[in-house]
Amino acid sequence: MTQTELNGAKALWAALSAHGISTVFGYPGGAIMPVYDALTFYPEVRHVLARHEQGAIHAAEGWAKATGEIGVCIATSGPGATNLVTGLADAMLDSVPILAITGNVARHLMGTDAFQEADITGITLPVTKHNYVVRDVEELPRVIAEAIRIARSGRPGPVLVDIPKDIQLAPYHGEIAVPHARPEIPAPKPEAIEKARELLQSAKKPVIMVGGGSLDAAAEITALARAWDIPVITTLMGLGSFPSSDPLWLGMPGMHGSVAANRAISEADVLLGIGLRFDDRVTGRVNGFAPNASIIHVDLDAAEIGKIVRTHVPVRGDARVAAGLLAEGAQKLDLPEWRERVAEWKTRTQDPDHWGAGYAVKAVVDRLRPDDILSSDVGQHQMLAAQLARFEKPRRWINSGGLGTMGFGFPAAIGAGMAEPGVRSIVVAGDGGFQMTAQELATLKKYDVRNVKICIINNSFLGMVRQWQELFHERRYSEVYLGDSNPDFLKLADAYGVPAYRADCAEELPEAIDAWLNDPKSSLLEIVVPNEHGVFPMVPAGASLSEMIETEPPRPTPGIEKNEAAEEAKNA
Amino acid sequence: MTAPFDPGQKDHLVSALVRDEPRVLTRITSLFGRRGYNIRSLSVGSTEHPGLSRMTFVVTGDRGVVEQAMRQLEKLHDVVKIIDHSLEKFVDRELVLVKVAITPESRVEVRQIAEDFRARIVDVGRHALTFEVTGDEGKITAFIEQMRPFGIIETMRTGRVALTRGSNADIPSHVYHEGETETLRPVVEAAEARETQAGGVPNLF
Repeated sequence: MTQTELNGAKALWAALSAHGISTVFGYPGGAIMPVYDALTFYPEVRHVLARHEQGAIHAAEGWAKATGEIGVCIATSGPGATNLVTGLADAMLDSVPILAITGNVARHLMGTDAFQEADITGITLPVTKHNYVVRDVEELPRVIAEAIRIARSGRPGPVLVDIPKDIQLAPYHGEIAVPHARPEIPAPKPEAIEKARELLQSAKKPVIMVGGGSLDAAAEITALARAWDIPVITTLMGLGSFPSSDPLWLGMPGMHGSVAANRAISEADVLLGIGLRFDDRVTGRVNGFAPNASIIHVDLDAAEIGKIVRTHVPVRGDARVAAGLLAEGAQKLDLPEWRERVAEWKTRTQDPDHWGAGYAVKAVVDRLRPDDILSSDVGQHQMLAAQLARFEKPRRWINSGGLGTMGFGFPAAIGAGMAEPGVRSIVVAGDGGFQMTAQELATLKKYDVRNVKICIINNSFLGMVRQWQELFHERRYSEVYLGDSNPDFLKLADAYGVPAYRADCAEELPEAIDAWLNDPKSSLLEIVVPNEHGVFPMVPAGASLSEMIETEPPRPTPGIEKNEAAEEAKNA
Repeated sequence: MTAPFDPGQKDHLVSALVRDEPRVLTRITSLFGRRGYNIRSLSVGSTEHPGLSRMTFVVTGDRGVVEQAMRQLEKLHDVVKIIDHSLEKFVDRELVLVKVAITPESRVEVRQIAEDFRARIVDVGRHALTFEVTGDEGKITAFIEQMRPFGIIETMRTGRVALTRGSNADIPSHVYHEGETETLRPVVEAAEARETQAGGVPNLF
């Protein structure tokens, strides 16, 4: 084959290139080798070699969440493909546009239990928006075009394209398909908008709640809330859809939501939800959620409307369009009593004043600049960051909301940092989650990524599990102690050539943060904190939002039992 | 755990026009399985449009469950259109094979009942007759009940199939041209049409 002749593998890169894909994250292997061979002819596409396929797909997710554009990852067949499954499920639940390309064994071997064969389209059926096996090379660029369209359109999501090895090698004669236009989203029905407007006008205790589906409608939602003068709650996924500095902002709802947000939901008479799916971590016990409210639900996914909560005014359509229409002709509601009540709740914040995980997270997030991207892993530090960080614009907060994937944060921060090399990509992780994808330190080193700042909040425990064991399992700390076997994180970073800093107490923290953030390279900061620290407020699982525990309950014998528990864990 | 008796639970007859591609059946049934919707019967066949298959299924649940199931189905890329037959007049049929035990004494009576139901004998054995019956659910149930006292050895039902009554097709021919797969997404209009026909159900979109 000459350089100019196309085969399936080259047609794939030509198609990706034609769609403006500039970076892909992946890991080679036997059944995807023709694609990696063809890559050498397409220098315009940058391939980022991760150290695990899960790292590759989380990086692609970080890229997609930061930019709103599609993230692309590549893996070989069998184990390579199955290593993508967690990332696909994560992208599915958080509606992230992802194109995953997997190699497979040659068609004549498919179904024979061949070496490194897995039925990946079968395996990923429930965790992808759609998936394909390419069985005819002439179909390949068309399938890629369609897959990208499906991933990006409507409610975004992951799409997997599985390409057998013989298809990658087969000569290709066709054109390279041009990108499909995104199909237009139907406009919300005027009657629905009218009904919603009437309900808002009649409201005495209104509240707006926005989720991850409203990130690209932040401007319209801000205008809407200010025009009506209605307080706004942003869910974990919606943080940044409304500026935190605005006095109307009430914080995050749900299990670790703010007092103001949860009390406002529990008392509201009208709740306008935009681009959210009423996750159980948001609603608590569903029949106790917003018990007095008429609910207006704006979503472009019809299946989300009425799925969890009863909906009085369903508005199907794009969040941006709907919010724009709802802002039209708005008159400021004059509700001084509601304002006062909300303002009183807003003062009940949990600003950490003594040394612990919350104190450490606050010290880090207080240093955020408006453009900085903050990623988090999953656990206590995630909830603390979500409670304490302030976001003025969307797509600056990246975390695994729906699936709660430990190991997500660090590779996602690499992906986001590569998408926006001009801004700092800060990740807050725990000592547990960081170790699930710590090998991606190699990716940082290999590509000389300079803007990724890793912060490990080290409490020597799987903190969130420990908190639940403390509250609901009579402090039986079963298999959550990590302190006896954690690596020396500074040495670990050093082994990968990543500069690292440590703070062991409040006094050391400011200097360590300065050194860490001012390091011209990507760098790591380990903050060693006392291990028993809970995240509050907290709504226990299965309780309603009004049953929120506002502050950390007093411990029976503070400071002593923790060591006993650790000893017990060690000896167990 | 058995669910408490819910008077709202009833059967809903739903058709889906789907792309005739590998794994479509798995995709649809796995969606039902994952979300816990019970399919009472399912039948699949090709249509007059190359590349399009038609599935008819009976879902048990209250109105909300069925609505949610249909909306989840409509999101699938392979699903072109969903038709809820309870919202319009329709014809439905099911084919069943019933093997009935006979004795020299009962033979004539069994044959007579079968004739009344216009059931055809498709197999004759020394101690059994196998009948083919087509009809709506009521007729088939009635036939089986009539035969039960003689001893039913086994039955096999195809599951219900249904079409909307009248001259209009559920999917107009011009919507689908082979190869132009991008035109294959009239589900939004379908959903709207369904809502406006729904009567008592709130006009959602």
